[in-house]
Amino acid sequence: MSDPGILAVTKAGTDPVRAQLDGPSGTRPRRLISRRNIFLYGTLILVSLYYLLPLYVMIVTSLKGMPEIRMGNIFAPPVEITFEPWVKAWSEACTGLNCDGLSRGFWNSVRITVPSVILSIAIASVNGYALANWRFKGADIFFTILIFGAFIPYQVMLYPIVILLREMGLYGTLWGLVLVHSVFGMPILTLLFRNYFTSLPEELFKAARVDGAGFWGIYFQIMLPMSLPIFVVAMILQVTGIWNDFLFGVVYTKPEYYPMTVQLNNIVNSVQGVKEYNVNMAATILTGLVPLVIYFVSGRLFVRGIAAGAVKG
Amino acid sequence: MTDANRKSVEIKNLDLNFGAVKVLRNLNLDVYEGEFLVLLGSSGCGKSTLLNCIAGLLEITEGQIWIKGTNVTWAEPSARGIGMVFQSYALYPQMTVEGNMSFGLKNARVPKPQIKERVARAAEVLQIEPLLKRKPSALSGGQRQRVAIGRALVRDVDVFLFDEPLSNLDAKLRADLRVELKQLHHRLKNTMIYVTHDQVEAMTLASRIAIMKDGMIQQLASPEEIYSRPANLYVADFIGSPAMNLVKGTVSGNRFTSGALSIPLDGYDFTRPAKGEAWFGIRPEHILVGDDARTGDAVLDLEAEVVEPLGSDTLILTSLNGGRFWLRTDGQTRIRSGDHITVGLRTADASLFDTGDEARL
Ligand SMILES: Nc1ncnc2c1ncn2[C@@H]1O[C@H](COP(=O)(O)OP(=O)(O)OP(=O)(O)O)[C@@H](O)[C@H]1O
Ligand SMILES: [Mg+2]
Repeated sequence: MSDPGILAVTKAGTDPVRAQLDGPSGTRPRRLISRRNIFLYGTLILVSLYYLLPLYVMIVTSLKGMPEIRMGNIFAPPVEITFEPWVKAWSEACTGLNCDGLSRGFWNSVRITVPSVILSIAIASVNGYALANWRFKGADIFFTILIFGAFIPYQVMLYPIVILLREMGLYGTLWGLVLVHSVFGMPILTLLFRNYFTSLPEELFKAARVDGAGFWGIYFQIMLPMSLPIFVVAMILQVTGIWNDFLFGVVYTKPEYYPMTVQLNNIVNSVQGVKEYNVNMAATILTGLVPLVIYFVSGRLFVRGIAAGAVKG
Repeated sequence: MTDANRKSVEIKNLDLNFGAVKVLRNLNLDVYEGEFLVLLGSSGCGKSTLLNCIAGLLEITEGQIWIKGTNVTWAEPSARGIGMVFQSYALYPQMTVEGNMSFGLKNARVPKPQIKERVARAAEVLQIEPLLKRKPSALSGGQRQRVAIGRALVRDVDVFLFDEPLSNLDAKLRADLRVELKQLHHRLKNTMIYVTHDQVEAMTLASRIAIMKDGMIQQLASPEEIYSRPANLYVADFIGSPAMNLVKGTVSGNRFTSGALSIPLDGYDFTRPAKGEAWFGIRPEHILVGDDARTGDAVLDLEAEVVEPLGSDTLILTSLNGGRFWLRTDGQTRIRSGDHITVGLRTADASLFDTGDEARL
């Protein structure tokens, strides 16, 4: 026991021995202010400022009254906080003839987004599942065509779809727009789901078949419960995509069904009267709020989903 | 009771292609009731593919599959009376052990009380009763594999298919579960078809072994037969560790000669008349060393180059006619590298192979 070498191995925790160890030992000390850290944090702060400053200006402006805005300093915090512009943006701002604010557009957007998201995810997940697990005849060709669809610019299809919808009697209706959104979400969502289902162990699928589960049985009882993360990803993608859509909303619907984005544009670009910057800012934030909330709420769910999926069964 | 003459699984002229790749070619195989058949072969030879064909998980290209006298070539996997156990266990992660085991029965619309009873019985056989309420993620590898076997067990099937069920487990657990599987087979007396590339598993478990290479069965026989009378050079080389020693030489006038080696073939059981070039094969453990050496049909003097003590026995590397020549002796041997040793070879232990078609002579 007198040999310090042996002691060091057998009783590394006892202090007298630790005192004998010289040279580097334990965690390597790092200086807080090093050139690397300055560069790293400097860049991060700069980039954050670049993105956060406009948001700051928007929030600050939306809380000011018009007289205060006219004074000109857009960075100054509001002297007198007022929620008047927010109320006005939501329920009083005028677009064209009617003056009931963004609320109408909000509910339109909800009525467009919810069915579109549900419909597109439901169909795409079954598509992806069929493509990944049930290798039917012509599956590869079908998949190639579908993926090819993802690369066709929307503008090319804009007018043909107008005719198509008109022939189907859906032109100018909410359901027409829902249909368009669902169809356009299909390629990328199918790809997403197919790749996810392909990554699940194939033996699980085989075991379920031996256990006598059919196409839908395997989909609902085996695949769905394991796929929460990808459903959340698909939902984020679709909700933000459809909520932010402007082009389809303006082309395929009538003014009474205009989604929030189109209405926001009409409020902000309205040529009558004075430009109410505070109302415009409030309206813009209101419109962007839904994707933002979805992102924050489901982002956490998403991380949890991944963690849950990491435990292999 | 088992009936050795009743066929349980019959595979007739089976072809399987993946596009242009021919994986199984004109394969014929009969498995008898109550038999433990092991499919053994190196990686990529088509063992899993064959098993998946039997299970109905792969669409076959040509031929037929019969199970218990019924043509099931076009039948769904669940309708074939098979249960399957996978290498990765393939337990449904979101279901409890009980849920995993009863899933197949629920799909078959078995009444609830009966499901409960069958699950309880299988759990008792496999000693997993305390685990029934757990999720697979809360089980060890060995427990998971037991549950996977249980899932096949509850379904009361005629044929069990195993695809390398033990290869994800550590060596100790593998040995334990191997014994349990053997006991299970003794108790259940079902037909079992078992894929592995572990020859120890194959030798210990099998009633018969089918050695596969490139989608074809090289030899189908009992473990003893495969070990002592390999049908061709591939089988001879594949079974045994270290592999069978092979020496190239000529057969003429009932003698095999190759350099210093000259051995009479009077005691050899020829499968066909032979003359000319041939491989002479003998297993390291069949070579006589020490006092017995002089009793061999041919006696040689070899120099030990490398000595590998394994405890229970010792491996000695020598060279014969320029090729490697392994011997296996008991663990108490005093032989050191550089020593000269006298060894004896017995004709009855040897195998001869044609150098052309590599088949047994
Ligand atoms: N879907 C597929 N498409 C094309 N070739 C395939 C496919 N699946 C398997 N193969 C090929 O078929 C051959 C046999 O595969 P198989 O999985 O049956 O091998 P194995 O004997 O089970 O091997 P291992 O011991 O590694 O599991 C391999 O050469 C493999 O490359
Ligand atoms: Mg395999």
